[in-house]
Amino acid sequence: MKHQIRLNVNGAYYDLLVDPRKTLLEVIRNDIGLIGTKMGCNCGECGACTVIMDGRAVNACLILAVQANDKKILTIEGLASGGKLDPLQEAFIDYGALQCGYCTPGMIMSAKALLYKKSSPDRGEIQESIAGNLCRCTGYISVIEAIEAVIKAEKRP
Amino acid sequence: MNQFKGKAKILAGGTDLLVQMKRGKIAPEYLINIKNISDLDRIEYDVNRGLTIGSLALIADLQESYTIRDRFPILHGALSQLGTQQVRNIATIGGNLCNASPAAETAPALIALGASAKIVGHGGEKVVKLEDFFVEPGKTVLKIGQILIEIQIPNVSPDCKGIYLKHALRRKLETAIVGVAVSLSTDFEYGPVKEANIVLGAAAPIPKRALKAEQLAKGKKIDQHLLNEIASVASEESSPITDVRATAEYRREMVKVLVKRAFTELIKI
Repeated sequence: MKHQIRLNVNGAYYDLLVDPRKTLLEVIRNDIGLIGTKMGCNCGECGACTVIMDGRAVNACLILAVQANDKKILTIEGLASGGKLDPLQEAFIDYGALQCGYCTPGMIMSAKALLYKKSSPDRGEIQESIAGNLCRCTGYISVIEAIEAVIKAEKRP
Repeated sequence: MNQFKGKAKILAGGTDLLVQMKRGKIAPEYLINIKNISDLDRIEYDVNRGLTIGSLALIADLQESYTIRDRFPILHGALSQLGTQQVRNIATIGGNLCNASPAAETAPALIALGASAKIVGHGGEKVVKLEDFFVEPGKTVLKIGQILIEIQIPNVSPDCKGIYLKHALRRKLETAIVGVAVSLSTDFEYGPVKEANIVLGAAAPIPKRALKAEQLAKGKKIDQHLLNEIASVASEESSPITDVRATAEYRREMVKVLVKRAFTELIKI
């Protein structure tokens, strides 16, 4: 039996008939076709699938699509607007905060959720917010520096 | 639940359940999503009654509560060491308890606080002490058709201090190898211990109070010699297993270390 659900992804509504076994991650990637959100471990360890649901960072692989019915989802594709990248995306490029790039969408979404919650988090809070995002190539220093740069820039009048 | 006769599982946050299903450990035919039951996610504090937490309260919401941080620091400590931000944002306290993992992060702290669980189902409503809630790994006293709806935590007396210590190689990102919650009440910093609760996580089939060790501490002024004895007795009371994370011998040794460390953090010895 399939279920009818409505997802608001990056401001657009999707009415979908989904298998109750499908995760939000599978639906975002396969049914909606937004493949910026990555599948890594598929069991909530690596954070590659991090999206923002109703303002909070979550692992899309641990949520059934039917549970996300009527929820507001923001993925990496929803950050840039009017042809302009989000300041976090700009900073990740400027600081070279990526290598293979597989963990990057998740990292950025975790950082974005942190900035929703706190306007000027300290380094410890930044580390805490991305502790659930594993990077296996470049390390975390440049990622933290990129996030700090955005916080600094936003503080300037 | 009755209708599906054991073929159904209750889904709350899903951070444990979905992982177990993906790994093929369990394969329920039906999932019953209780997340939409309103009012089960409340966090209420009353000066007389203490803290009442709905079973669907999110770990993240509880962790961010200043009331819990200030009045129940032992619980705040355990919540802060549970999973990643992404997991805390969807995991519920009821789920953490009902999965009945021997290593459930919130259980030792809640038992040390003297918490109770309110259960509702056919057959009415009842309240059980949380230390009597767990039966074996993966199993609680809940029967088919019953759900945990509330956790009740009595007020902590001002002379009582507590701490939850977790031993894991990747700190909060993995299951505890051993977790120890200790709460002690003393009249003054060097005074004798009036009450002691020592609760062990991941050191027995269920989260377990080290009752003999508690008795040993009660009414006594703790010195290094007595503390060694308390820690050894607590370790003897544990019955850990050997698994991929650690051997039983190592766990028993770590119970000793963590009990000593907890006492040293709480009182002057």
